[in-house]
Amino acid sequence: METTKIVGATGPSRPTVETQFDDVEQQREAAQLGMWIFLATEVLFFGALFLAYTVYRFVYGSAFVEASRRLDVVLGGTNTAVLLVSSLLMALAVRAAQLHQRKQLVRLLLGTAFLGLVFMSIKAFEYRKDFVDHLIPGAHFQWTGADPRNAELFFWIYFAMTGLHAIHVTVGIGVLLLLAVLAQRGKFTANYNPIEIAGLYWHFVDVVWVFLFPLLYLVGHR
Amino acid sequence: MKSATEIDIELEGEMARDNYLTAEIGVRSWLFTTDHKRIGILYLWTILIFFIIASVAAALMRIELLTPQGDLVTSDTYNKLFTIHGVLMVWFFLIPSIPAVLGNFVLPMMLGARDVAFPKLNLLSWYLFIGGGALALWSLIHGGVDTGWTFYTPYSTTYANSHVISMAAGIFVAGFSSIITGMNFIVTIHKLRAPGLTWFRLPLFVWSLYATSLILVLATPVLAITLALMSVERFWGVGIFDPKLGGDPILFQHLFWFYSHPAVYIMILPGMGVVSELITCFSRKPIFGYGFIAAASMAIAVLGFLVWGHHMFVSGQSIYAGMVFSILSFLVAVPSAIKVFNWTATMHKGSIHFTTPMLYALSFIGLFTIGGLTGLFLAALAVDVHVTDTYFIVAHFHYIMVGGMVTAFMGGLHYWWPKITGRLYPEFWGKLAAITTFLGFNLTFFPQFLLGYLGMPRRYHAYPPEFQIFHVFSTAGASILGVAYLMPLIYFLWSLKHGRVAGPNPWCATGLEWQTPSPPPKHNFEETPIVTGKPYQYSAEEDVDLDLANA
Repeated sequence: METTKIVGATGPSRPTVETQFDDVEQQREAAQLGMWIFLATEVLFFGALFLAYTVYRFVYGSAFVEASRRLDVVLGGTNTAVLLVSSLLMALAVRAAQLHQRKQLVRLLLGTAFLGLVFMSIKAFEYRKDFVDHLIPGAHFQWTGADPRNAELFFWIYFAMTGLHAIHVTVGIGVLLLLAVLAQRGKFTANYNPIEIAGLYWHFVDVVWVFLFPLLYLVGHR
Repeated sequence: MKSATEIDIELEGEMARDNYLTAEIGVRSWLFTTDHKRIGILYLWTILIFFIIASVAAALMRIELLTPQGDLVTSDTYNKLFTIHGVLMVWFFLIPSIPAVLGNFVLPMMLGARDVAFPKLNLLSWYLFIGGGALALWSLIHGGVDTGWTFYTPYSTTYANSHVISMAAGIFVAGFSSIITGMNFIVTIHKLRAPGLTWFRLPLFVWSLYATSLILVLATPVLAITLALMSVERFWGVGIFDPKLGGDPILFQHLFWFYSHPAVYIMILPGMGVVSELITCFSRKPIFGYGFIAAASMAIAVLGFLVWGHHMFVSGQSIYAGMVFSILSFLVAVPSAIKVFNWTATMHKGSIHFTTPMLYALSFIGLFTIGGLTGLFLAALAVDVHVTDTYFIVAHFHYIMVGGMVTAFMGGLHYWWPKITGRLYPEFWGKLAAITTFLGFNLTFFPQFLLGYLGMPRRYHAYPPEFQIFHVFSTAGASILGVAYLMPLIYFLWSLKHGRVAGPNPWCATGLEWQTPSPPPKHNFEETPIVTGKPYQYSAEEDVDLDLANA
C-alpha cells in the first residue's frame, strides 16, 4: 500500500520550487498551462497544412480520392493502432509517476518510446515503398491515372503532413528516452510535472495522426 | 538653495546598492542570466542593432528618391534595400520592441512577481532571436533578398534570384522566440499575480501584453509553417503554391496575411498599453473607462484575426469575400476609437505635465489617429483599389508602426529608464528629441499620402519628375527624423554615468514597479506586495513636482 511507505531516504523527497513560484501547486499549474498554450501553437502550425488539404480536396476531389487509394491502408492502420497503444502506455506512465512507482514509470516510458520507434520504422518502410512506386513529387513522379498534376499535389501534401508529424514523433521519442533516464535516476519521485507535460505532448502527436489517417488514407475507401 | 551637485550627492545614497545590475558582474552573468530584467536589456541592445541596420537601408532609399532618375542604386539593389528594411524592422525590431524589452522588464514587476513563469525559456527566446537574426544578417551579407518582406509566391519560390531560403529560415527561428515570449507572458499573467491583484486591478499595459501574447501564440505558427512550405517549394521545385500542379499562389497570400494582419496588432497593441500608462500618470488622473480600454485590447486581438482579406482586395478574391472583409475591417475602428476617446477623456480636467514621455504619448494619439483613419480609407473597397500598392499604403502603415509603435516605445523607454538604470535622462534634450521626432515624422510621411493619392506606386527607385517635390520633402523629413532618433541614443548613454539619480519613483506614479528601489533588486521586491485597490489612483488636486528640466 502507498500509505504504508516510509517517507525518508527512499521515499519522495520535497519537490524543489523555483524562485518565481510560491508553492508546488502554482508551479505545476503554470507548467501545465504553458504546455497547453504551446499545443495551441502547434494546432495552428499544422493548421495551415490542414487548410491547404481542405482547399485542394474540395477543388480536386476525384484526383485526391484516386491518389489516396495508392496509400497502404494496412500499414497506416497498423500505425494508428501503434500510436494509440503508445498513448495508453503514456497515460499509465503519468499514473505511475503520480504513485511514485519508479520502476513501473521507467518501463512505461521506454515502452512508449519503443512504440514510437515502431511507428517510425513502419513509416520509413512506407516512404521507401512510395519511392519505389514513383510517388514522390518532383522529377521522378509517375502517374498513369487521370489528373497526374493534381495527384502529385496530393502526394506533396501527404509528405508535408506526415513528414511534419514524423518530426514531432522523433522529438517525442527523444524526450521520452531522456525522461526514462532521469526517471531511472529517481528525478521524478517528488515532482512528476515533466512526465505529465511530456504526456500532453505525446497525446497531441497521437491526436494529429488520428486526423491525418482518415484524411490521407481513408478518403479513397468506401 | 542647493546646487545640482549637492542634490546629486544627497540622492546618491538612495540609489540601491544591491540591485539586479550589481548582483552579478561579468559577461557570463549576462549571457547565462535568467533575470527577466537583464533579458529585457539584452533584447534592447539586440533590437537597437537591427534598428540601425534597417534605418541605414531606409536612408539609402530616401537618398535615392531625392531625384526622379535611378542614380544612386540600381532597381535590383533598391528591391533588396526595401526588403531588408521591411524584414528587419518588422520581425527584428517592431515585434520584439515593446513586448520583449519593456514587457520583459516591467511585466513581472507590475504583477508583483519575482520573475516570469519560465525564466530559462525566456533566455532561450533571446538566443533563438539572436540565431534568427544571425541568419537574416547572413542572407544580407551574402547578397540580400529582393522579394519584399511579404515573400509572395510564385516570385519567391520560382523567380527570385536571392537568398530567400536562409532569410525565411531566420524569420522562422525568430518566430519561435516570439511564441515563447507570448507563452511566457500568458502563463505569468495567469499564475503569478500578487495577492489581491485581480484581473480588473491589472495595469492596462498588462492587458495589452496579454492581448499581444495571444496573437503571438496563435498567429506566429501559421507564418512559420507558411514560410517553411514556401522554402521547401523553392528548394524542391514543386509544392502546394505551384500553379503547375493546380496549386494556388493566392493560398500563400491568405496564409501570410492570416499571420501578418494580426501581426500588425502585435505592432500596435503594446504601444497602446504604454500610452495608457503614460497618459494617466502625467494627467494625474485615474484612467477614464478602464474596463473599456482593457476590453478594447482583447477586441482588437480577436477582430485582428478576421480581417486579413483586406490585403487581397485586388488579388482576385470574390467580391463578396471582399465585402465581408471590408465590413470586419471597419469594425476594428470601434475598439481603436474607444481607446483614443478614453485617453482624451482621461486628460480632460487633469493636471497635465508635459514631460518627455507625455510628449511621446501625445504624439502617439495624434499620429495613431491619422494612421487609423487612413486605415478606414483602405478598408473601403473602392478607395483601396485606387490606392493599392501606392505610397498611400506606405504612409498609412508608417503612421501606425512608426508614428504609433516606435513613438510609444520611445515614450515607454523614457518613462521606465529611471527604473531600468536608476538614473534620469536629461529632460531638456528629451523634450527636444520628442518634438523633433514629431515634426520629422510628419514631414517624412505626410507627403507620402499625397504622393500615393496622386498615383506614385511603392517599390520603385525611379519616378516621373512631377512627384519630385513630395519626395524632397519626405527625404528632408527623414533626415530630421534620423537626428531625432540619434539624440536619445547619445543622451541615454550619457545618462548611464552622469544622469541624476532617480530614486524609486521619480514620476510619483502608482503601479507596483514603482514601489521597489531603482534599479530593482534581483528578485524585484523585498517581500511580495499585496494589492488592495484599483490601479491608477492619481489625484489631479495633489500637487506633485515633476519638473525635471534642471536635470
